[in-house]
Amino acid sequence: MTLVLKGVSKTVGGEVHIHPTDLTLEKGTMNVLLGPTLSGKTSLMRLMAGLDVPATGSVHWNGEDVTGMRVQDRKVAMVYQQFINYPSMTVYDNIASPMKLVGKSKSEIDSAVRETAELMQLSPMLDRKPLELSGGQQQRCALARALVKNAGLVLLDEPLANLDYKLREELREEIPKIFERSGSIFVYATTEPEEALLLGGNTATLWEGRVTQFGPTPSVYRRPVDTATARVFSDPPMNFLEITKQGGKLRFGKDAAVALPDALSSLDDGTYTAGFRPNHLELSARGPDAIAFDTILNVTEITGSETFVHLDHHGARWVGLVHGVQTLQPGQSLDVFLDPSRIYIFAPDGTLVSAAQYAEAA
Amino acid sequence: MAKITLDNLAHSYSPNPSSEEDFALKELNHDWVDGEAYALLGASGCGKSTLLNIISGLLHPSQGRILFDDVDVTNAPTAERNIAQVFQFPVVYDTMTVHDNLAFPLRNRGADASYVAQRVQQIARMIGMEEQLNRKARGLTADAKQKISLGRGMVREDVNALLFDEPLTVIDPHMKWELRTQLKSLHHEFGHTMIYVTHDQTEALTFADKVVVMYDGRVVQIGTPQELFERPAHTFVGYFIGSPGMNLFEAQIDGKTAKIAGVPVALGAGYAPVGGKVQVGVRPEFVHLSDTGIPARVTRVEDVGRHKVIRLDVEGHKVSAIAEEGAQIPDGASHITFDAAGINVYADDWRVTAKQEAAT
Repeated sequence: MTLVLKGVSKTVGGEVHIHPTDLTLEKGTMNVLLGPTLSGKTSLMRLMAGLDVPATGSVHWNGEDVTGMRVQDRKVAMVYQQFINYPSMTVYDNIASPMKLVGKSKSEIDSAVRETAELMQLSPMLDRKPLELSGGQQQRCALARALVKNAGLVLLDEPLANLDYKLREELREEIPKIFERSGSIFVYATTEPEEALLLGGNTATLWEGRVTQFGPTPSVYRRPVDTATARVFSDPPMNFLEITKQGGKLRFGKDAAVALPDALSSLDDGTYTAGFRPNHLELSARGPDAIAFDTILNVTEITGSETFVHLDHHGARWVGLVHGVQTLQPGQSLDVFLDPSRIYIFAPDGTLVSAAQYAEAA
Repeated sequence: MAKITLDNLAHSYSPNPSSEEDFALKELNHDWVDGEAYALLGASGCGKSTLLNIISGLLHPSQGRILFDDVDVTNAPTAERNIAQVFQFPVVYDTMTVHDNLAFPLRNRGADASYVAQRVQQIARMIGMEEQLNRKARGLTADAKQKISLGRGMVREDVNALLFDEPLTVIDPHMKWELRTQLKSLHHEFGHTMIYVTHDQTEALTFADKVVVMYDGRVVQIGTPQELFERPAHTFVGYFIGSPGMNLFEAQIDGKTAKIAGVPVALGAGYAPVGGKVQVGVRPEFVHLSDTGIPARVTRVEDVGRHKVIRLDVEGHKVSAIAEEGAQIPDGASHITFDAAGINVYADDWRVTAKQEAAT
């Protein structure tokens, strides 16, 4: 079972929604489409499902060209952010409906419905109507309907966006287990990097209608191929600043030059964009190589166990995430430290020159 | 800005409530201190929207009073309470420009034109919409419209309080950071009394000075983010705050020692005899893999980027631990230990105070 997109694109009224895209999704894999609103996640899913016909390129299912084939004739299940259930049917019948359509036996349907309901924590509500359920329960009912029929391709378009935080957390833990058992190809669209990481599997990052990278989720996170991918796959956003390397010296923005750290010794002379994640900024130097930056603290946000610091570094806005509860005054100057092994180097056009050293090891 | 007092307040949606179960909001006495930023946090159906609607005047409580600066406003309609509200979904006038949408609350109150012009500019800069001031709201994306709603909520400086009901639900993660930070700086600058309703712990904790955690119609804890993290007053607070939430273990307590899964565990503090259903709560941050301690089996390791979540099984119960980004999970890890400082004791779901704590 594979889904292959070959040079698939989509144009609406002269405006490009999806640039030509090649993508191969294998049997039994979880594939996350990660990107901000309007980056093309839903457009790409609709092309995969056959809800839209691509402007160019073709879609192949198990080697067969299914471009233009109606969605009804394909083994596809889709769940949207706005949950859709039959209001006049009980939860049981809602979950059973996709199986009845394909003519399964009564006992087969019953065991599948009960198993899926248990997984979705809907067992006590099987006799109720969808409108008697909370929003979260309604969405779980819609998810159950997509899962129960064992479609080869299950497309989930931000399915947890309308749910309570804790329920989302529980379902994020459950969904990878469900998909492991089903053997289907899952495609899951989200705007949230943390959700992608929790789901694991593979991630395709989307930016302005382009898939910027596709690969195992942790490796896309730790080795982003360009600044667009790094930006999409970092929450809070990755911090950037311009650096210049000349001989044995390295200059960060307008700061004084420092001796070139070992971690960046292979870099050619020139100007680059350095990127680093908020959680790698620290309030004290961890090693002798740590680089110090003087910043002004704009705002702190305390989560209980950690503190977000919003910083102004010579006009650039940075975010840091540090351990513990830090009592700091907005407006104060603050020295922050960065281990050079945490720095990503990008060329002026945004492509990755070298991944952070720690990421190569992780 | 005003102090808001809830006096003996409760609400039931049924006309003749007979028991506590019938109350969506159980009896509550509380002062919202003038100029503080509060978050009202809980799962859907916990009563937080009921409480917000009573404060704003959309709902008349079945019992008790609500006072703004000691003046009883229980029977005052919303319009007389002089509050600004921002809802989950954008409320904007499509046919008006962004500028006129933002100016609306000021013009409505007869503010003079030069003040309106200057204030609208200031707000537009804050929400990052200076470029779009002269275009009509129609056709803007949902998050742009919600930014207008936020801006309009904050445009008046003379309101008693600002109420937010899940205002960032429709906003992209990156923009959430921006807007939350802006709200926070605004709060520092103007000292509005703010009440922010959300089911998202990150939003609640990062926004508020004090978080009010609600569960089943009841306020279970009011505290700083640090207090909620370190000393959850109720097992629900332990579960709801933190990701993953606090682990709970059935235990027997004897002075300074707990017995968990048959293994003695040092509590780091002494406890008087505890009755009822006794549990020990430990957040995943304070659970460590070890070759001694409580027997545990690693079932799964999740790489969440900046750290790892280790899922374990302890006598058939699910337990989570958090390890650093680069941490290796040792092969022989067959037990867990706790940081004594991270242990709390619960009796029938409510936290039990340790002896030293009670003495100080």
